[in-house]
Amino acid sequence: MQIMALLLVLALLTVIGFQLGRSRATASVGGRTVELHSVPSYHGFYVALWAGLPALLLFALWTASEGWMVMQMVLAGLPGRLTHVDGQALSLLRADILNLAHGVNTGRVPDPAVAAAAEQYVRLRSLGDWSLLVIGSCLAMGGLLFARGRITPDLRARNRVERTVNVALVVCSLVAILTTIGIVLSLLFEAMRFFAAVSPIDFLFGTHWSPQMAMRADQVGSSGSFGAIPLFAGTLLITAIAMAVAVPVGLMSAIFMSEYANPTLRTWLKPILEVLAGIPTVVYGFFAALTMAPFVRGLGQAVGLDVSSESALAAGIVMGVMIIPFVSSLSDDVINAVPQSLRDGSYGLGATKSETIRLVVLPAALPGIVAAVMLAVSRAIGETMIVTMAAGLTANLTANPLEAVTTVTTQIATLLVGDQEFDSPKTLSAFGLGLVLFLVTLTLNMVALRVVQKYREKYD
Amino acid sequence: MSVTATKSRYQSAEFADRLRRRYAAERRFRLAGMAAVGIASLMLVVLLGSIVGKGYTAFWQTQIRLEVTFDKAQVEEGNTMPLLRQALYAVVPEVTDRAGRRSLNELLSSGAPYQLEAMVKANPALVGTKQTVWVLADDEVDQFMKGFIRRDVPESERRLNDIKIGALDKLAAAGAVKSAFNTTLFTAGDSREPEQAGIWGAIVGSFLTLTVTMLLSVPIGVAAAVYLEEFAPKNRWTDLIEVNINNLAAVPSIIFGLLGLAVFLGFFGMPRSAPLVGGLVMALMTLPVIIIASRVALKAVPPSIREAALGVGASPLQTVAHHVLPLAMPGILTGTIIGMARALGETAPLLMIGMVAFIVDIPHGLTDSATALPVQIYMWADSPERAFTERTSAAILVLLAFLILMNGLAVFLRKKFERRW
Repeated sequence: MQIMALLLVLALLTVIGFQLGRSRATASVGGRTVELHSVPSYHGFYVALWAGLPALLLFALWTASEGWMVMQMVLAGLPGRLTHVDGQALSLLRADILNLAHGVNTGRVPDPAVAAAAEQYVRLRSLGDWSLLVIGSCLAMGGLLFARGRITPDLRARNRVERTVNVALVVCSLVAILTTIGIVLSLLFEAMRFFAAVSPIDFLFGTHWSPQMAMRADQVGSSGSFGAIPLFAGTLLITAIAMAVAVPVGLMSAIFMSEYANPTLRTWLKPILEVLAGIPTVVYGFFAALTMAPFVRGLGQAVGLDVSSESALAAGIVMGVMIIPFVSSLSDDVINAVPQSLRDGSYGLGATKSETIRLVVLPAALPGIVAAVMLAVSRAIGETMIVTMAAGLTANLTANPLEAVTTVTTQIATLLVGDQEFDSPKTLSAFGLGLVLFLVTLTLNMVALRVVQKYREKYD
Repeated sequence: MSVTATKSRYQSAEFADRLRRRYAAERRFRLAGMAAVGIASLMLVVLLGSIVGKGYTAFWQTQIRLEVTFDKAQVEEGNTMPLLRQALYAVVPEVTDRAGRRSLNELLSSGAPYQLEAMVKANPALVGTKQTVWVLADDEVDQFMKGFIRRDVPESERRLNDIKIGALDKLAAAGAVKSAFNTTLFTAGDSREPEQAGIWGAIVGSFLTLTVTMLLSVPIGVAAAVYLEEFAPKNRWTDLIEVNINNLAAVPSIIFGLLGLAVFLGFFGMPRSAPLVGGLVMALMTLPVIIIASRVALKAVPPSIREAALGVGASPLQTVAHHVLPLAMPGILTGTIIGMARALGETAPLLMIGMVAFIVDIPHGLTDSATALPVQIYMWADSPERAFTERTSAAILVLLAFLILMNGLAVFLRKKFERRW
């Protein structure tokens, strides 16, 4: 509520600031705007920036830190018997206070001290929000008046505004870097906690995966086991099946479309592949689980094979279909990039069209096609929804495509869905798997990019 | 003479044979190409066909007509189910035993009393009168009326017993069973009962999530693209940013979910299942798509435009803001819409940040618990009831309709504003 009000006030003050700045600049030279260093609207932007920016920065800092600060103040007021405990109990206490403060019914009768703390938390938060509104508005007002006071005909408003905008642009382009850093750090940090409990050797080379942790200490297999080899094997199996579908079909489609199809046919075929590429993965997953899997199973039974209802084959085929447009559009680009002179040379020697394609165009396009296949593999490895919906959950070390296997992404999704405590090896193992997944796909992408860069435009 | 020798070589049986084989190989290759395109098209047809075939029935829902007496005492108690049951027993007076009546009870949706309560709330004068009302039938009745539960299988293997079928036949003969447009599907939130479940909550959740995504990723993405394309010096640092963006575009979406879980939920303590967090994660995911599309659009603006603007004294920023950016806008917009369409269909990262919970209420704000349309599809696909399979397919059709709309808009914009310099 107060936040909305503050943002509204800021928006209003910025607009007012712009108008004031512009009119004051014009007034300062009596309407002869040629005498100004910058165009009047730059003076407007200058005042608007002073009104909006400091308050916005304060707002960002405040909202990022308010919850934590208030919680510290509340915890400091609690009796020692509640706060002098280990980290886990303390985080539980924090969660309790937050739940009470947000009115979540936990089903337990709260400790009176905790209930009081929750009340204090709510009070302090609302106090904080109100003071943010007041301080923020004052800051914006102050900035506006300050900047307005500085307007003179000689003010280099344009340079100042442009410098600020430039900084903003640089900051925006850094978001991508920050995202990567965020991914790497969060994966690394959580994976380290996982590897503190499970040795990386066991994780990477163990052949038994059953992440269920025991409820009681004396239960059989209480430690859970985190050997990820069956997961890697399952991922590779499904990826291999997908590639067996996607690479021939995608590549041949690309060849047909770029070398054989006439323009009318192409205008019909291109959208078909684009639609295939635009269908959400959850739809493919639904199709794999409810149409393809029973179909494959029925087909297997018809010839006397025992096919699991969550066979790797069904998931793999559907994933292959999903990747067809990816392979075909990348290959299409590469094939079109092969210069026409090579084809003409080949035709001139009397080669047929297919001979030209097989012996001249494809070898020339090979690096690009290899890169396309690598990108497709990276996509298949990282694909989540199809395998979560259509592949199995039990880790099964097998190369038989008719059996159910599980994959890295399926495990990540199932381990982290639902409310779970954040520090058991079971949930943390998902971050270990995520780290492996990230590194593998990153390597594939990097290598693919290198291949493309190294061999591009060799013939020009 | 060599001329005759050559002539004979090209006319020899060997040569003709070789030529025939080469032409056969050519035909085979061409056929393989056609087969590949055929397979891709066939898969698309099968995929869409199976979903339409499974889902189109979900747009209709069976309703049962009953003559209900709005008894004052029971309406005031909020206990209207017995009223409905009495009305139903009156239609089938021959069923009197407890087991039989229990079967009859199961013909009506457990949500039917809410319909009566809503009627009374809208018109209090109804109390004490007898009214004809159409109430929701149970999902199994609905499936039976749609022909998915066959009556010729033995009773023990059928989901509907003979008593229910007998009562339904009697109701149908009296014209008291109809199939009406399934408005619940478009107005309700999630529910455990298929006949009361709808996708409105998920659509609102998706809308809120996409709003956050768009508000964050479009300004940041366009600004980053403008910097990299127009202002950035060519050095190691900008190379790094560039490689980084290309790599981010290829990072699996589930990794973004892990990032959201660890950073936004774990580190910043934002609420679980909130569209705000979903939107943040999606924004990070869509950012590379928007940056890449915007850069292509900016690159397509010819340098002469920039030179002309600079020549008449515009500053570099003015050149970009007044001339280059407006000309690149259609391309940027197209890329943005395509990025948003992808975000709309994305599921995996939302699973990680808890938008997969069972949520009945329609979300009202960015921090309310919510789910999204693809996640709703994922959850319904897991439900065993036949009626949910049907509704899953219907939800997919709605999702595809949104995607077609967005992509169609992108194509339209591209066609309308495309400029060849």
